[in-house]
Amino acid sequence: MSAHSPIDQIEQPASFAFDEESEAEIATILAKYPAERKASGTLPLLYVAQKQMGRLTGSAWVPRVAMDEIARRLEVAPIRVYEVATFYLMFNTRPIGRYHLQVCTTTSCWLRGSDDVVAACKKATGIAAFGQSSADGLFTLTEVECLGACSNAPVLQVDDDFYEDLDGPRTVELIEALRRGERPTPGPTIDRLDSAPAGGRKTLTDSPAEPG
Amino acid sequence: MVKVTVDGIQVEVPNGSSALQACEAAGKEIPRFCFHERLSVAGNCRMCLVQVVRAPKPVASCGFPVAEGMEILTDTEIVRKARRAVMEFLLINHPLDCPICDQGGECDLQDQAFGYGADHSRYQEAKRAVTDKYLGPLVKTVMTRCIQCTRCVRFATEIAGVPELGAVSRGENMEITNYVEKALTSELSGNLIDICPVGALTSKPYAFTARPWELKRTDSIDVFDAVGTNTSLHVRGSAVLRIVPRVNDEVNEEWLADKGRFAMDGLKHRRLDRPWVRVHGKLQPVSWQDAFVAIGRRLDGVAGERIGAIVGDLCDAESMLALKDLMTALGSSNVDCRQDGAQYDVSRREFYTFGSGIAGIEEADALLIVGSVPRQEAPVLNARIRKRFVAAGRGGFPIGMIGEPTADPTYRAEILGDGPGILADLRSGSHPFADVLKAAKRPMMIVGHGALVREDARAILAACWALAVEVGAVGPDWNGFNVLHTAASRVAGLDLGLLPGSGGRSAAGMMSGGVDVLWLLGADEFHTAQIGAQTFVVYQGHHGDAAAARADVILPGASFAEKSGTYVNTEGRVQRSFRAVMPPGDAREDWRILRAFSEVVGKTLPYDTLEALRDRLAAANPVFRVIGGRDVAGVSDLTGPAGDPAAVSPAPFQPVIDDYYQTNPICRASPTMGECSRIYVHPRTVAAE
Ligand code: SF4
Ligand code: FES
Ligand code: FES
Repeated sequence: MSAHSPIDQIEQPASFAFDEESEAEIATILAKYPAERKASGTLPLLYVAQKQMGRLTGSAWVPRVAMDEIARRLEVAPIRVYEVATFYLMFNTRPIGRYHLQVCTTTSCWLRGSDDVVAACKKATGIAAFGQSSADGLFTLTEVECLGACSNAPVLQVDDDFYEDLDGPRTVELIEALRRGERPTPGPTIDRLDSAPAGGRKTLTDSPAEPG
Repeated sequence: MVKVTVDGIQVEVPNGSSALQACEAAGKEIPRFCFHERLSVAGNCRMCLVQVVRAPKPVASCGFPVAEGMEILTDTEIVRKARRAVMEFLLINHPLDCPICDQGGECDLQDQAFGYGADHSRYQEAKRAVTDKYLGPLVKTVMTRCIQCTRCVRFATEIAGVPELGAVSRGENMEITNYVEKALTSELSGNLIDICPVGALTSKPYAFTARPWELKRTDSIDVFDAVGTNTSLHVRGSAVLRIVPRVNDEVNEEWLADKGRFAMDGLKHRRLDRPWVRVHGKLQPVSWQDAFVAIGRRLDGVAGERIGAIVGDLCDAESMLALKDLMTALGSSNVDCRQDGAQYDVSRREFYTFGSGIAGIEEADALLIVGSVPRQEAPVLNARIRKRFVAAGRGGFPIGMIGEPTADPTYRAEILGDGPGILADLRSGSHPFADVLKAAKRPMMIVGHGALVREDARAILAACWALAVEVGAVGPDWNGFNVLHTAASRVAGLDLGLLPGSGGRSAAGMMSGGVDVLWLLGADEFHTAQIGAQTFVVYQGHHGDAAAARADVILPGASFAEKSGTYVNTEGRVQRSFRAVMPPGDAREDWRILRAFSEVVGKTLPYDTLEALRDRLAAANPVFRVIGGRDVAGVSDLTGPAGDPAAVSPAPFQPVIDDYYQTNPICRASPTMGECSRIYVHPRTVAAE
């Protein structure tokens, strides 16, 4: 049973303004759409706002004032932006921790051990359940659906980066590194190049014969 | 036209019709929740499923376009099963709280469940619950009942033009909300109650008041503005419990402004229910006879020209005519229906009515608004302007406004200037909007009372007419010259000549001792302090408002709900309302009071039945012979109203309504309107308390 009101009891900042870096991005984004269709910029601008919040406050979320600002820029009613922002789970309409741990628990990842990844996340951060943040405010744990990286399951997305082929211990290690302020290289955490087979190539190992 | 067959019945429907419309043309009723004739098609409830021969699965008829030769089946086993399945899904999360739901008895879901619902539920899991939302003092929400048809979202966005409602989140968590816990800012918000097919949006003031089957319905006309919205008064016992709109495509479609819907709780407060006479400075309750005698005695020996009468904004034509006849009998030509001091040229009806008609707005292709804020003066008419604006698409219906609007008009309007000086520029062509008007085939102009209550009103009216002629807004087959009234009684008053006769005094002239005896028929919208200290004031009306407090004699009259009356709306359309309840206490229908009094002073009016009075109405002005209809005609005579267009003053237009919720005695007595005023118009004073 769910009974939620999206912005109830969330402390909202009093104001929001895009900074210079965001403005530059917005200019590029809006150049893509004809002036009378600039409402199309809603999604990308929400991303820009969320990133800016992460950059400036350490919590990548979209407060209502930011949505209002986007609505003003795009000349749409604020509710149209609220609708979009609340529809897509990628936008956080409430504050989150410094690192957003998004564990995929869909079939492929689950079969390949996402339960261990979840357990490791909880253990390493002290978070009790999905949707919550750690006591130190560093981490927020979210359950997500297939991230489209099934070949390297199980997957944990930290903010915008995918960490793949995880197991319990490597997840703990990753979280410890994050806690130290490091950003380990994203991608497979085992001997695998991108999404090629683990342990190196299995096919096409020799060069084709010279034509002739 | 396209030929389709519905259950074996051949019908022809216009191209682009939906299957649902075709079914209706064939007389088949299709259940629906999300579809509404006046809103865009959403196609999200799936209740309207029908079978189309050769289609692989049932189709949602509301969004399915017809094609030549299509065969539609509306009553097959597949259709029934599909609808039953849809109903089962809808009822999964819909609560079983009909016994405590205000929609009960007039709920689409309840009705359809009767036809397509199962007798038990297979659903064992927990139902979802949704927190209620705050939408202001008029609309109550019970959001767990919402079936997410999005009608309300579409109404707010498309019709009302206040895009404040939306559907946030998704899937099971989707909710209809304004997201920000703020009162809806629309004068049409009450229509959400009608449009919601279930009990999610209901009337807050009417909560838990009555069941629909307990109510007696009486046709009426909304008197809170000059649109003439067709309404139905729902009555139990002696009380009007609610007012809802009736459909009239020519006037209000199916909308009703919030004042017309919610101000009626003012009928129960501050009523004048017995005659009063001031004795030694204090009002004392007396009998009718004594009240009449008191007036008769005061009138004794007073010359006709020292007697005057002013009628208010809510009066019916019958009582106005009776008052005028009484004044004539007393030898007075001091009558006035313009307590706001507006000036008109009544030599031709075109000069003081809404010529294009309300429905005619949809044929116009450019609009100039002069000294009017239609959103506040006539919300339902404003919705028609918005409808035209939206239908015309980007730039298709250019709108210019002279005078700063006090509220977002709900459509894009170019503010050309703040005062009538711009009219000269438009006429000389030096203002670019002149070209817009000239290029239009059917340009229209709305002249509001912001322009007509000024000293230079006649000059403005003349300038507007001249401009209308020059840009082709008036001509043999199009009359785009429109005067927008704010008082329900005004056009009838003008039609009946409730204006000072030659040498007679206007409302202003009757102030400051201009007359010795002043008869006020429901006239409260002026500063009573201006009445001369020695003037003897008779107040005939239904509410103890400002003027009653100043009165020497109070004659308790009937409100619009308590009498049969004739009203003429801003278009000049004559409409009738019927009595829904009896006037309280000793109060009487107004024309009867005047008739009875005329007898006391020996000037008996020559009618003693309503029919006889209505014959007199028709004799006084033939427009009263046609009820409901309205001639749509062009203008053959292009000579303009009296006035020198050059004499306009540059002073900016002032809005005529500063508080939409407090424009007449009934509103001011209404607790609901008082709350609206506090929330919408004076929010800051609330915060300061
Ligand atoms: S509140 Fe009523 S009108 Fe609005 S979506 Fe829900 S059921 Fe439909
Ligand atoms: S199932 Fe986890 S990425 Fe696809
Ligand atoms: S009425 Fe057709 S889908 Fe709702």
